[in-house]
Amino acid sequence: MSLAPRQLLVFLGRRLLYSAVVLLGVLVLVFALVQVVPGDPIRLALGTRYTEEAYQALLTASGLDRPLLEQFVSYLGHALTGDLGVSFRSGEPVSVLLMRRLPATLSLAVVGLVIASVISIPAGVWSALHEGRASDAIIRVTSQFGVSVPDFWMGMLLILLFSTTFGLLPSSGYVAFSDDPGEWARRVVLPGLTVGLVAGAIMTRYVRGAVLEVASMSYVRTARSKGLPNGVVVRRHIMRNALVPVLTIAGIQFASILGGVIVVEVVFAWPGLGRLVYESVAARDYSMIQGSVLLIAAMFLLVNLLVDVLYAVVDPRIRLS
Amino acid sequence: MSAVLRVADLRVSIGRREIVQGLSFAVEPETTLGIVGESGSGKSMTVLAATGLLDAPGARVSGSSVLTTGSDGGRSLELVGARSSALRRVHGDKVGFVFQDPTTSLNPLLTLERQITESLEAHRSLTRRAAAGRALELLEAVGLPEPEQRLQAYPHQLSGGQRQRVMIAIALACDPVLLVADEPTTALDVTTQAQIIELVRTLQRERGTAVVWISHDLGVIGQVADDVLVLQQGAPVEHRGVVELMDEPRHPYTRELLAARPRLGMSGPPPVDAEGDVLLSVRDLDVRFTVASAAGRRTVHAVDGVSFDVRRGRTLGIVGESGSGKSTIANVLTGLVRPAGGSAELAGEDVLNRASNDLRRRIAMVFQDPFSSLDPRMRVGDSIAEPLRVHQLPSDRRPRGERVAELLELVDLPAAFAQRYPHELSGGQRQRVSIARALALEPELVVLDESTASLDVSIQARVLDLLRRLQAELSLTFVFIAHDLAIVQQMSHDVLVMQRGRTVEHAPAVEIFANPQQEYTRRLLAAIPPDRPRAALQDS
Repeated sequence: MSLAPRQLLVFLGRRLLYSAVVLLGVLVLVFALVQVVPGDPIRLALGTRYTEEAYQALLTASGLDRPLLEQFVSYLGHALTGDLGVSFRSGEPVSVLLMRRLPATLSLAVVGLVIASVISIPAGVWSALHEGRASDAIIRVTSQFGVSVPDFWMGMLLILLFSTTFGLLPSSGYVAFSDDPGEWARRVVLPGLTVGLVAGAIMTRYVRGAVLEVASMSYVRTARSKGLPNGVVVRRHIMRNALVPVLTIAGIQFASILGGVIVVEVVFAWPGLGRLVYESVAARDYSMIQGSVLLIAAMFLLVNLLVDVLYAVVDPRIRLS
Repeated sequence: MSAVLRVADLRVSIGRREIVQGLSFAVEPETTLGIVGESGSGKSMTVLAATGLLDAPGARVSGSSVLTTGSDGGRSLELVGARSSALRRVHGDKVGFVFQDPTTSLNPLLTLERQITESLEAHRSLTRRAAAGRALELLEAVGLPEPEQRLQAYPHQLSGGQRQRVMIAIALACDPVLLVADEPTTALDVTTQAQIIELVRTLQRERGTAVVWISHDLGVIGQVADDVLVLQQGAPVEHRGVVELMDEPRHPYTRELLAARPRLGMSGPPPVDAEGDVLLSVRDLDVRFTVASAAGRRTVHAVDGVSFDVRRGRTLGIVGESGSGKSTIANVLTGLVRPAGGSAELAGEDVLNRASNDLRRRIAMVFQDPFSSLDPRMRVGDSIAEPLRVHQLPSDRRPRGERVAELLELVDLPAAFAQRYPHELSGGQRQRVSIARALALEPELVVLDESTASLDVSIQARVLDLLRRLQAELSLTFVFIAHDLAIVQQMSHDVLVMQRGRTVEHAPAVEIFANPQQEYTRRLLAAIPPDRPRAALQDS
């Protein structure tokens, strides 16, 4: 495959610009969040801890007493330099709190996506190439089951099996990779498997559909008419063409795990972003909510950008034309 | 000499239906067997089954098909029921294939070089480098311009005709003894078709390849074949030398196919008064498209200063190759595309800045593809009634069903068809429904954009008959767009020849066909398969 670097760079540049515009839109929405909340956000945030001094202190610290435009410019400036303000609840910088949660979330998402891919690609391809046979039916029923089962139930089943019954793996908690890689791996297996199995079941159906569609294309018949070995036809002609739609769904799955799988994080006591958002909403910690939403949106954009670049690498019609 | 492929009592059935019913034929070295028949006659299935490439689920093949390779009649292989490993050694090596639609039969993600070299690597165990050298030779042999640069190109960067040349290069990569060409020119313009026919004939002479050429058009078969097998519903109708078959057809079905092939000198459109008033007047039409791509934007000048008048009751034929801008004109007239400049008036009213639905009612359109231009979830009757409903017609409070039945009758379909869905109809029937829908609002002008190009020639002939009859009965005015001058001649009173968005020639049909002024028009005329088979012309 010959990559045309110039075109790819132009493509990437345009995509980056597009992402920046979307991110700006998200910033405006996130800023507006605090303004449109019914009632007084400071009062709500303080709740039972309300005193006049505490109110004034938080009002000044949050900058909500200044004119709207000034607030926005200042918010924008700070956000772009990574300063997302201070948590109403703990008083710590929002960015520090987010970065503390990010490694756990990233671990879960990467492991989950790897497991999902390892399951869904072979299963989906096999199922499509054996359409209508028994193995196809088994894969379809299994994936339907995986799609239908709630993830927390899947998580509890896995805990019951691997932790409680066989005692092979710890049932919950997170250890940073940098602290102890072995322990990190032991602890990420079960939550990773939970999100991976669910995402894998969804992806299997997409892979199967994509492969079925490509296999009926005229160019696959051309490939067969060349007398190529079956494996070459499947790998070079079917799977590569089926990759484009599969990339889309893989990107969406990855991004949604990054955005937080709250129930799984709760079941496994996993300190991820999902739980952080949940706790912030419960505590009406507006600066924290703003920061999380911004981070999650940025990660979605980044994943989308990555998927777009992969499209361009795989498909010359997107890269050149 | 022994036959390259000898087929005996070949049968294919799916379920209880026998689709190919006991065919026997032989393909001699260096000759071409033409297999002709309408869609659904089983011609593709016959050849795919005979060469072991049939991949229809549940299809059962019986009979015999023996492929002989080596000039001395050396090695023979039974292809029916052969193991897939044995078939893989034959496919691409001894038998090459060219399929119908060059837009879908090449892999969009691989370079041309890779698509040619992979069969060389599979059968000839050439190194990558040697295979690349051979790929370049092949691209030169099939006449692809700038072959060195094209090696690294992708299919989407080529035109339809160029892609078909690449398909031929792939098919011939390993110097097969047999080339199977399944409707290889059906999706192409007539001019490109003529080029591809010449190319295959030249390569066949140089290499001594035997060819099986499948087509629904006996005119094309006459240009390529030595022997012809006529198929109807999976059964052989006639099987003879091309000259005898075309000069003295024995079977009525063969005669029907012969009469249907588009050629010059057939009966023209219904005669009309030359001095009717001008219905449509187009002046200096100018259409540009901005094409956005990863590498930036560029402007395509699709229509460049085109002017014409269409008088009431007459047909203007617009003819040109793909990319000539002829469909863009249709889209401007029906309001689908907004031009950058120029004017278009229907009986003095501005068409381009239409204020009311009224103009939409007065100009109707029939599209090319009868499969995608009808909503698959709507009954035929509802499709025809939809424009009536939108415009609240008929105004005399008659039930709409009555009008729908009337319209169906007008296009020679039974009124009961109103209850059917499009998938229950054949291509020709669907196109009749499209015509009925277009006529529902009693339009003054009907724009027909390649409306018969997707149909078999025999079906096409019947639809053209219908259109001419409707014009005579209802005094309709047509803009008839096609790439084939033979079709245009049957339909048009006046002809506009277009190339790359510009007018090449614009004159009454009689003048264009009797005395074409421009080289391009002459080229379009020359591309029409002549009346007599080529083999007959060579003998005399």
